[in-house]
Amino acid sequence: MTKAAPDAVHTAIDYTLRQDRGRLIAALTAAIGDFELAEECLQDAIEAALEKWPASGIPKSRRGWLLQVARRRALDRFRRDKSLKEKSAQIAVLEQAEADAPEDTHDIPDHRLRLIFTCCHPALDEKTRVALTLRTLGGLTTEEIARAYLDKPATMGQRLSRARSKISKAGIPFEIPDGEALEERINSVLSVIYLIFNEGYAASSGDAPIRTDLCDEAIFLARLMVQLCPDAPEVAGLLALILLTHSRNKARYLDGAFVPLDEQDRNLWDQKRIKEGQSILEAAMKRGQVGPYQLQAAITALHCEAASAEGTDWPQIAALYRLMEQIAPSDIVRLNLAVAVSYAEGAEKALGMMEPLARSLGKYQPYFAAKADMLRRAGQIAQARVAYESALALTTGQADRSFLHDRLTAIGDLPKKRPS
Amino acid sequence: MKYLALIYSSPETNPMPNTPEFGEMIAGYKAAWETYEKDGVVLAGEALQPVETATSIRIRNGETELMDGPFAETKEQLGGFYMFECDSLDDAIKYAKLIPTAQNGTVEVRPIQTYDLG
Repeated sequence: MTKAAPDAVHTAIDYTLRQDRGRLIAALTAAIGDFELAEECLQDAIEAALEKWPASGIPKSRRGWLLQVARRRALDRFRRDKSLKEKSAQIAVLEQAEADAPEDTHDIPDHRLRLIFTCCHPALDEKTRVALTLRTLGGLTTEEIARAYLDKPATMGQRLSRARSKISKAGIPFEIPDGEALEERINSVLSVIYLIFNEGYAASSGDAPIRTDLCDEAIFLARLMVQLCPDAPEVAGLLALILLTHSRNKARYLDGAFVPLDEQDRNLWDQKRIKEGQSILEAAMKRGQVGPYQLQAAITALHCEAASAEGTDWPQIAALYRLMEQIAPSDIVRLNLAVAVSYAEGAEKALGMMEPLARSLGKYQPYFAAKADMLRRAGQIAQARVAYESALALTTGQADRSFLHDRLTAIGDLPKKRPS
Repeated sequence: MKYLALIYSSPETNPMPNTPEFGEMIAGYKAAWETYEKDGVVLAGEALQPVETATSIRIRNGETELMDGPFAETKEQLGGFYMFECDSLDDAIKYAKLIPTAQNGTVEVRPIQTYDLG
């Protein structure tokens, strides 16, 4: 192998962890039987890679290399540490893995579903569940998670290490729950998967508009959940929602600039995903147990079915949001209802519905982006400009910034034309 | 793993003796104990005398200080405990949920720390 520049090594490690962190931790936890120790051994392996790869070159199977080194570290610890001598079962598993041929990239067994139930365990608080799943299965860095939740990286780091320690010391199991606990555990997992999807789809950080890897991760996990729980309509509802939303991803950005739904080239929408989403949703709805994910999927399906923006069935969408407000009320739902009403019944009426939300959504970028658009359509240009500026101040993604900036510039021309 | 289930309740929300609710609670404890024994998960389990009987001990600079009552003044008082031997927190929670006082007080589940003294 040839030598590798330190920069190239860093990039290779970052990329591998982004792609395969979850798979690696899951495989290690399955072999070692301890989540916290799995994290430590992977960390050791990453440090070893940083040390060795510049001289030895970057190996062909990076995750295979990391897994092997991490397993060896675990084995060393088990053999050395007397207090771990009960771990003979784990030692046997690790020795077997050691004896097997070096890992190819495709033959690492996938234990990520067990891992997600561990990370989403209700004995951890909700914010911790999301953060831990994003870190462990989504492969996000602690900094990215901290930014998404407006926390300091150090605070988020402490939260993650406390969680790992609790999982290990309190014996939070690494297994798929059974019996009556399953349903509540599933709901916890669904909300985490949806948040992962949104992190990938909305790309709140960085310059890559859509982090398809995270979206694909969410789709993969949602599919696994559907396989596991074929009789739970909300699980299917979440998968349908994600597929339908993701079908538009190619049309959302043009030359790096954000394109709003009504201006998207509908020929770029992925019809295969739309059809799959629709049929999954239809089958789920037939069970007659409607829930928030199925409702959101139904709303998204209406957008996907419209041949043009003008042809969108806004009254039906507004009706679905009203139903949603009844079964799962929140100010985010009310914001979406207001947007639907702005198209179904007019921007002025919608602006009236936005007022009561100002307090709770005062730091929420989509609130200002929606309000700015309503004001623009209502012809209230000066106030629209203020709202666009508020939205811009809360936007970190470059593509979203460009879009808002263009809108702001477009309306900014109007007052200048007036004689002063 | 060993887990301690600590049972906290407040006198205000505990059922009073000679009421149907009290009878249900006693029956609930009996049923829980039978399940624990049947599944072979219970290592110990006791109810404590009321908190008025407690004595707290502190030794500072070699001086022993005795206090009448519990050290911490909280609304919910420790009233009993079980020690379980379970495979995971999920199992410990499953058995702790059978404790009737979980319905009006709080049951705290804590893993037992193990030391290797060998």
